Order: sequence, then structure tokens, then C-alpha cells
Amino acid sequence: MDTTVIKTGTEESAWGGGKLPLKVSYGKMMMWYFILSDALTFSGFLAAYGFSRFKFINTWPIADEVFNHFPFMHGVDAPMYYVALMTFILIGSSVTMVLAVDAGHHMKKNKVATYMFFTIVGGIIFVGSQAWEWKNFIKGEYGAVETRGGQILQFVDTDGHRVKLADFVTAGHSSRVKHENKNGIWFYEGEDLPSYSMEDVIKGFEKNPNLLVRTQVVTEEGHKTILSRTASIDKLKNNGIGVVEGANLTKNEYGSTLFADFFFFITGFHGFHVMSGIVINIIIFFNVLLGTYEKRKSYEMVEKVGLYWHFVDLVWVFVFTFFYLV
Amino acid sequence: MAHDIAHHESSTKRIWQVFIILSIVTLVEVAFGIWKPEFLNARLGSMKLLNWFFIILTIYKAYLITWAFMHMEGENKYLRRSVVWTAVFLISYITFILLVEGDYVFDVYKDGYKSWDF
Repeated sequence: MDTTVIKTGTEESAWGGGKLPLKVSYGKMMMWYFILSDALTFSGFLAAYGFSRFKFINTWPIADEVFNHFPFMHGVDAPMYYVALMTFILIGSSVTMVLAVDAGHHMKKNKVATYMFFTIVGGIIFVGSQAWEWKNFIKGEYGAVETRGGQILQFVDTDGHRVKLADFVTAGHSSRVKHENKNGIWFYEGEDLPSYSMEDVIKGFEKNPNLLVRTQVVTEEGHKTILSRTASIDKLKNNGIGVVEGANLTKNEYGSTLFADFFFFITGFHGFHVMSGIVINIIIFFNVLLGTYEKRKSYEMVEKVGLYWHFVDLVWVFVFTFFYLV
Repeated sequence: MAHDIAHHESSTKRIWQVFIILSIVTLVEVAFGIWKPEFLNARLGSMKLLNWFFIILTIYKAYLITWAFMHMEGENKYLRRSVVWTAVFLISYITFILLVEGDYVFDVYKDGYKSWDF
């Protein structure tokens, strides 16, 4: 700090300009206040999430059933494990960041660089993992049927295990052919049809007596209601309007579309912050290597960037709790 | 600015200590999140004890990250208060509003004349 402040001869007098208010430098104080405002933004998002979830509390999907993929373990039901791993990775990268800051206090350039490198790697792994979770979420797993009221019907067998649409439905012959730009004079792009039509689903369902329909309504024990066989067929025939596969901003096979909306929005915003944090960390990392802070005789920049990175970790801790645990 | 080198050996140790505490707390949270024990389904206020458990542990983690990792414990106490008290106050306020309003909206959907499930 000493080498970056121009001496005006009025130092040490309270209003002369040399004293640091609240004993921190301008940059650090501003970083704290920026973090405060960003934290309030995220708490606004989480409050909105809580409000919407509470409004639809009876039909909100259960997180354990949605987030149960693990990389390289295809088909294994691994509820929460991967997201827990992501949390560890982010906390770990926070730790390496603190160690970098600590090394900066000792003016140990190489140590700072090493720890910052690990922080960046941890951040990249986290963002990559989040992208992978998104991919799985968007692709969907079991498939579901949407009702006229926008409710989601899922399928279970008589033991209560989830059943994929692909397991009992065969795609019937459809007279609709997907056109491409090269085929027509006038080409209007539209949504792809889902893999199965409603008739296919009903036919497949009736052929298989072990299947039952599961609605989204949560019982007192915290499980989703499973309808009887006759009620299932009734519901499918009278209320089902189409098949939903995967999740996007308008359709969600896991339950309420709001769930998907909030998931993308909040984790997307958080992922954006992680991404910007990685970029900033890379810039500072190169500055460390170039010796900028050695010349400046202070590694305070590493500290300030560290504050931002810890803030990102902090937000994730809250998002993780409210989205996945609660 | 030359930082006080005196207690630097202990600060690395503290960092690892806090990391271990954070990891254990996260592990416990995830374990409870998967296990979801029956006895924690009882309600306190309008929330399951299980959820209270998660939220309190999360706030504890936030405290550890802010105090130890972000070095808030070493800052001037007025700076600390200007950030933390502001955040706590405003977040409490918005939480209070959403809980009260959300309760009202939920009641309207439950007992009122709006129906949407068909």
C-alpha cells in the first residue's frame, strides 16, 4: 500500500488523507461492499425460490430423485453424491486460495502462484461439473406424461421403483416426418415431437399390468402419491396430453416447471460468478508470475480476489442447502 | 503493508483446522440429507426439524468461511459490523416478508377459490 499511495504531506492527520478509514485500503473496503450487495442479490433470488417453492410445496420435486447421477457410473442411483463432491471441490479451492493469500503475506511468490493455480483448477472442475449436471437435467432420465393442468405423471412399478418410458412404450408409426431446411421452399422451424405419442404410452401401459402412475402430490410422509391401477389408467386417458422428456424453461419431466426455471436461473447465476472468478483469478495468477506484486511489495490484490472467491463459495453453500438439502 | 508475521505459523494451522471442520459439517449435512431420519420430521414453528438442522449448520459454515477464510475476524470491528450487521438485517427482513406473504398465498390456494390441479 505504501508504494501505491502518493504522499501529500498531510499523512497522519485525521482529515488529511493519509489515514485508512476502518483500517482497510480503499480496494479491500470496496470489495467487501460489493460482496455485500451481491450477497443481497443472491438472497433475493433464494427468497424468491423459497416463496415459489412454498407456494407449490405439495408438488415440488424431491431433490434426491432428480440429482442422482454420478459420472462414469451409468444407471447407478447416487442421490446427492456428486453435488456433495462439487461442494468439497469448491471448499477445497477456497482453502488453496486462503493458503495463497497467506503465502502472499510472507511474500513467497512461488507458493502464491502454486496455490492460485490449484484454486483455478478447482474452479474449472466445479464449473465443468455444474455444466454436466445441467446436461443431465436437460436430457432427463425417465420421461413423464403431462396432464391438461400442467401436472406431471411419472411411472413406477408395483415395488415402487421408477420406470422409464423407454422400458414399456414402443414408438408407434407416425405419419409426421421431420422436415429440414433443404426439403422445402418455405421452411418453418418448430419443436421436435417427443419420442412417443400419448396413444403409444397408453397402449404400453395397458399391456404391462405391473405399472402404476405416480403423481406429484406429496403425502404426509413425504412421498409422492401412487395411484391405483384403475385410477392410473383413468388419469392417463382423461388427463394426459403429451409426453415430456427432459427439462427446459417451459417443460419439466421432474415436476413443476418453476423448479427447472429456478434451478437454471440460480445455479446459472452462481456459475456465472464462478466463471468470472476463474477469469479474474487467471489474470491475477499471471500477474503473480510476472512479479507485479513483488515490485509492489504487497500481495493485497491476491487478498481482494480471494475475498471474491470466498464469496462465491459462500453463495454455493447456501444454494446447496436450499436447493438440494432442504 | 507488512503484516504481523508473529502469528503466521498458527494461521496456516487454523486454515487447515477450519477446512476439516467445514468438510465434516458438509459430510454430516449430506448424510442427513440422504438418510432423512424419521425423528427429525417433527415440526418446530412451520419447518421440519431436519430443515432447521440444515439451515443452522449452513449458517455456521458461512460464519466459518467469513470469519476465517475471508479474514473478517482480523478486520476492524466497525468494518465487520458494517458488512455483517447490514447483511443480517436485510436478509432477515426479506425472509420475514417472504414467509409471511408466502403463508398467505398458500392459504389462498388451499382454502380460497383458486383451483389448478386437474
